Amino acid sequence: MILSSKEKGHTMKFITIDKKDWAKGIENSRKAYQLFGPVKEKNGVLIKNLEKGVLPLMEYTDSVMSAKSVMFPQSEMILKTTLDESKEDHHIMKRVDTNYSPRAVVGMRPFDAKAIQLVKMNFDTKDFRDPYWCDAYEATTFVGLAVNKPGLYDFSTSAGSGPFGEDGLDVLLADMDDKYVAKILSDKGQDFIDIFAVGTSSDEKESQVLFDVLRKEAEKNIASAIETDKLKDKTILYLHEAPFWDDVAFSCINCGTCTYVCPTCWCFDIQDETKRKASTRFRNWDTCMSSLFTSHASGHNPRDAKTQRVRQRFMHKLKYFPDKYEEGIMCVGCGRCVKSCPVNIDIRKVAKTMNSYENKE
Amino acid sequence: MNTCTKRIREIASALLEKKEVEKVIGFATGTIPMASNPIVVTSKQDVEKLVFNSTCGLNLANYIRNHKGKIAVIAKGCDARNIVTHVIENQADREKLHIIGVPCSGMIDKNKVASLFKDDIVEFIEDGDTATIKSATKEETINKKDYLRHNCSLCTHKNPVIYDDLACDEGEEQSLEIPYPDVDAIQSLDANAKWQHFQELTKNCIRCYSCRNARPLCYCPTCFVDEAGPQWVGKGQDETDVNTFHFLRAFHCAGRCTDCGACVEACPMDINVRDFTRKLNKDSFELFGWEAGLDTTRRPPLDSYSPDDPNDFIK
Repeated sequence: MILSSKEKGHTMKFITIDKKDWAKGIENSRKAYQLFGPVKEKNGVLIKNLEKGVLPLMEYTDSVMSAKSVMFPQSEMILKTTLDESKEDHHIMKRVDTNYSPRAVVGMRPFDAKAIQLVKMNFDTKDFRDPYWCDAYEATTFVGLAVNKPGLYDFSTSAGSGPFGEDGLDVLLADMDDKYVAKILSDKGQDFIDIFAVGTSSDEKESQVLFDVLRKEAEKNIASAIETDKLKDKTILYLHEAPFWDDVAFSCINCGTCTYVCPTCWCFDIQDETKRKASTRFRNWDTCMSSLFTSHASGHNPRDAKTQRVRQRFMHKLKYFPDKYEEGIMCVGCGRCVKSCPVNIDIRKVAKTMNSYENKE
Repeated sequence: MNTCTKRIREIASALLEKKEVEKVIGFATGTIPMASNPIVVTSKQDVEKLVFNSTCGLNLANYIRNHKGKIAVIAKGCDARNIVTHVIENQADREKLHIIGVPCSGMIDKNKVASLFKDDIVEFIEDGDTATIKSATKEETINKKDYLRHNCSLCTHKNPVIYDDLACDEGEEQSLEIPYPDVDAIQSLDANAKWQHFQELTKNCIRCYSCRNARPLCYCPTCFVDEAGPQWVGKGQDETDVNTFHFLRAFHCAGRCTDCGACVEACPMDINVRDFTRKLNKDSFELFGWEAGLDTTRRPPLDSYSPDDPNDFIK
């Protein structure tokens, strides 16, 4: 978890930014940051590198893809070497030169920031530090946009986040008609606002009251929830052996949509590609929905059947992860998988089935 | 409830009661607006879950493989054609299938409907030829025929070509003067513009393979993109690899695709992957007079030989 502003000795501040000055602030921040943010393409709203002159989209209901790609691109070159044996360092994999200069994601959803904190538990542990993810994470400032009117698919309040969630953010912006009010949550956030260099300081108490009013109004719009309260008391085997998994999995076509749109799915695959004497190592998003995910070199596959794979996805998110980390479920309630699943497998419905399951025997 | 849904339930109920089939594969109402969920029903009481409406856009022929006993399946025009293809390709035994045919009036283009609203659609209610749609801020009533999926608007086989029961009356088939206007438009482009079109089309593909998995044609035990030894294609986002997947996927469908639109329906990135397959459908039709899935007794053009083949190299 990031340090709270208090722990860093930073005093919380609010800044008011007139929307007329917004584009200027974005241009100012380009001097110090590579910018990322929501953009509308023909495929829907995506989180992308904001090229020169492009402003982050600040009014949208849902983005198809999450902000996880800023630290964890779908396909990332990580190492390279030469196979030319006349070279002294042939076959020795070396890290590629990735640009880790400061980055800022502007306009991201609070639940995506929370998701990044969950992903961090995997990439930055007591024993291991994934250098690619962590270097990108440390380079990034997270500037969230609170969701005044959550869409139909948002169930973030029951998944440890919410439309005004602050977890994992350095700045939280709230849209107040002709202006944004920015709540600075960390030193990184303060640095960003300093470089953004437009806006005026606002009264802390008054601003917090405005935030609270908007938050309560936004939370009222969230009509659905994910039920997981009884899962802690059910054992892994009890749920694993439950009879409903074939029914849950029946319609699944085993595409990777749910895992790719998920902001908390962190699994990857390593691939080497060689062209003449140049060898490169990539890591690509992987998906537990594919049978290849667990295919062993021996030919054995412990998750050979569709039901086993579907069960794995839900058990990981709703049982294994909460049991292991005790930080809640591995879902932030963004609703992307619910919206994008071609066959309407709904994690809220599956969680309810798991949560209410009682073995009558 | 529409009469078609009512009839489907009656037929399914009777089949299960008489133990003529072990299960019925159909659609249930989804948990979100404009969604439906393929389900399998095994008991009479669950028959009430079955529905049929203009959101049942996936192809249920995808669910008829690898069942032990006899099953029943709901089949609209294109599902029925894919069942025929399954029978021809030995993926399904006609004797073990009870086909509940549903003459179809077309499926709704969910993205086109969503584009009428700035916020999320919270309700979609059909009433005959119209549908009333609500979001938090507005309500619209549409004529469904103006919001059909592109493949449905060009459909000439809405009535199932093969069935054991019909759930409602057959409708009149349309005949099209220009059956492939979209292909003609792409064909008229010069080579660079064509290439640009397809590059743009697949630019944001995330390789989830929902297009491949949603359509009934892809049943290979191991797809060429999943083959690990040897590996045929790179797994990353390199455009050559992404395009290799799309081109090969399309070519594997030559003379087999029924243009059911399930691939486009499934795509989370709203990519019209039919731009690849439709050209092959057009070629099959123009060169071989062939439309896939119409007749269980005819062999498809790519697994038969004919002395009057239009290509010289094969003679």
